[in-house]
Amino acid sequence: MNRTVLDLWVGIFVAIGIAAFLFLALKVGNLSSGHLSETYTLQARFDNIGGLKVRGPVKSAGVRVGRIADIRFDPATYEAVVTMDIDGRYRFPRDTFAAIYTSGLLGEQFIGFDVGGDDRMLRAGDTVTKTQSAVVLEKLISQFLFNKAAEGQGTK
Amino acid sequence: MSEDILVDIEDLHFSYDGRPVLAGINMKIPRGRVVAIMGGSGCGKTTLLRCIGGQLRPTGGMVRLADQRVSEMSHAELYGLRRKMGMLFQFGALFTDMTVFDNVAFPLREHTDLSEEMIRDLVLMKLEAVGLRGARALMPGELSGGMARRVALARAVALDPMLVMYDEPFAGLDPIALGVIGQLIRKLNDALGATSIMVTHDVHESLMIVDYIYFVSQGRIVAEGTPDAIRGSTDPFVHQFVHAEVAGPVRFDYPAPTIVREFLGGRAHG
Amino acid sequence: MAESMSSIRKLGHAVVDRIWRLGFAARFLVAVLRYSGPSFRRLPLTLREIYFSGVLSLLIIMVSGLFVGLVLGLQGYETLQRYGSTEALGVLVALSLTRELGPVVAALLFASRAGSSVTAEIGLMKATEQLKAMDIMAVNPIARVVAPRFWGGVVSMPLLAALFSAMGVFGGWLIGVVFIGVDDGAFWSQMQSGVDFRYDVWNGVIKSFVFGIAVSLIAVFEGYDSVPTAEGVSRAITRTVVTSALAILALDFVLTSFMFRGTS
Repeated sequence: MNRTVLDLWVGIFVAIGIAAFLFLALKVGNLSSGHLSETYTLQARFDNIGGLKVRGPVKSAGVRVGRIADIRFDPATYEAVVTMDIDGRYRFPRDTFAAIYTSGLLGEQFIGFDVGGDDRMLRAGDTVTKTQSAVVLEKLISQFLFNKAAEGQGTK
Repeated sequence: MSEDILVDIEDLHFSYDGRPVLAGINMKIPRGRVVAIMGGSGCGKTTLLRCIGGQLRPTGGMVRLADQRVSEMSHAELYGLRRKMGMLFQFGALFTDMTVFDNVAFPLREHTDLSEEMIRDLVLMKLEAVGLRGARALMPGELSGGMARRVALARAVALDPMLVMYDEPFAGLDPIALGVIGQLIRKLNDALGATSIMVTHDVHESLMIVDYIYFVSQGRIVAEGTPDAIRGSTDPFVHQFVHAEVAGPVRFDYPAPTIVREFLGGRAHG
Repeated sequence: MAESMSSIRKLGHAVVDRIWRLGFAARFLVAVLRYSGPSFRRLPLTLREIYFSGVLSLLIIMVSGLFVGLVLGLQGYETLQRYGSTEALGVLVALSLTRELGPVVAALLFASRAGSSVTAEIGLMKATEQLKAMDIMAVNPIARVVAPRFWGGVVSMPLLAALFSAMGVFGGWLIGVVFIGVDDGAFWSQMQSGVDFRYDVWNGVIKSFVFGIAVSLIAVFEGYDSVPTAEGVSRAITRTVVTSALAILALDFVLTSFMFRGTS
């Protein structure tokens, strides 16, 4: 095998290998739209985070604006403390409402920001004060059954 | 008036896995000589060759090559010394993924800074000496046994070594090739002013070209001498070897219980 | 009783032998790394090995990747359809490939094709005394023969794994979007939001790199350590394939448990 033909093939091999890697990184993964922009942290406290997971999205108006970085339990207040990395391009007002939603009926859960009208913005490290915990299906069902039972009693 | 001794072996011992292979070898090989080491299979002659080349470290005794203690050298020092040695392996051991030309050029390319033109000239000269200049573009797989052996010989002498070692150079060759190799060994040795050590059990061919012979049996030298002395020797071992006799000090039978025991076995008790 | 004792003794002996060989292989790795200088200074040596290990494995890797992607697409669609979540097909195929199937299957195929070939080459060189000839010519066979083949494998493996995954995604797309009719936009957008570069793709790359080191080391070691006969070489080749497979799967478990510790 001629040396130069061999070199050519090796070059082609390395080139398409790197191309495949870039394909995976950009088209398949989210490198292009990823965290390469700067982020700042915000915190939020919830009574119940339901099925929220680390790395879950933080959305506003349905668009992803950040990611959940950490979820911890506060033994003093018995609340869940969620730390979020928010894209540095976006600022949210002080009275933003952070609620836990579910995408679709059985999909993954995420935090949605509903903005209020405050002029002052949340700064890095601030805590979102208004939160709504996740809807827990069991509680909903027992609530429903309770209501049904109360209704039944009432019409007797 | 001692001649210039190139290889000096003193009381060499070597054991493998506790089994003694060499049990006290003493040799003094002068420069410019062609020496044969003969013996039956498994007598330790290849091991002896390996000890001289530094591929094995002796368990006792000493090997000196050109006044340097081979047996005590570090890996790096050995590599330095090996550039002045050449070795021909039993079936050539040519590099199968390179042409004949590249095989002979290998030591030149690895150890010298010569230009490709110079290397080309040297390689072609070596190939010419073994009569294979026209075969330079062939692959080792395309060569006959004798031709492969000759190419390996050209490769072994590519750097004009001072010591050339041969491990069974005549094994498996047809009569013509035998004669060719034998002549080449002698001619190259004299032309290069080198010293050659041959490990072989081809009596006929060796007696025609060597200056001195050592006979090894069970790890010891049992006889030595010039070809004439050997031909006329009355030593039983030498005699059996040289005249290819079935009966003698080297036994025909592999150790086994006696025939009576084997065939009559338990029935003999009774 | 005596029979079971002797089989226990044989088992114990086999285990001790394996452990002894493992230590030997570790020392061999150190030697290979130590004598790796020429592999980089004389690049043509290593390039040649990248050709023989990597380029010549391209066909089997890319075709297998395509088929795995096709199967993933089919099976994935069949299962997702039951839950009405067929637009998740893209995520399913991509994650399966980048995290696991890409590195693991590509490494298994590489061990079978390139690993066994390297073991055979080195083993045959040993059996025909070519390594000894090199040694007596004061050329270090580990530096000249073994190390380039080792690095050739290490470089080729991550590239091949990436190609496998890429072909697999293409295969999943081909079956899902082109043949079955899953929405093209949903396929890619869900995939892009579901696959994280650092977590999924990059971890897969790290895996394939580790597998590359393991498979290449096993291949060159088995060749160098083989019994110098025809039978010895063929046994060494078998050992390379089997040991590589076990090593890949074991390392996969270890790496996966470190990397994908489960979110939250």
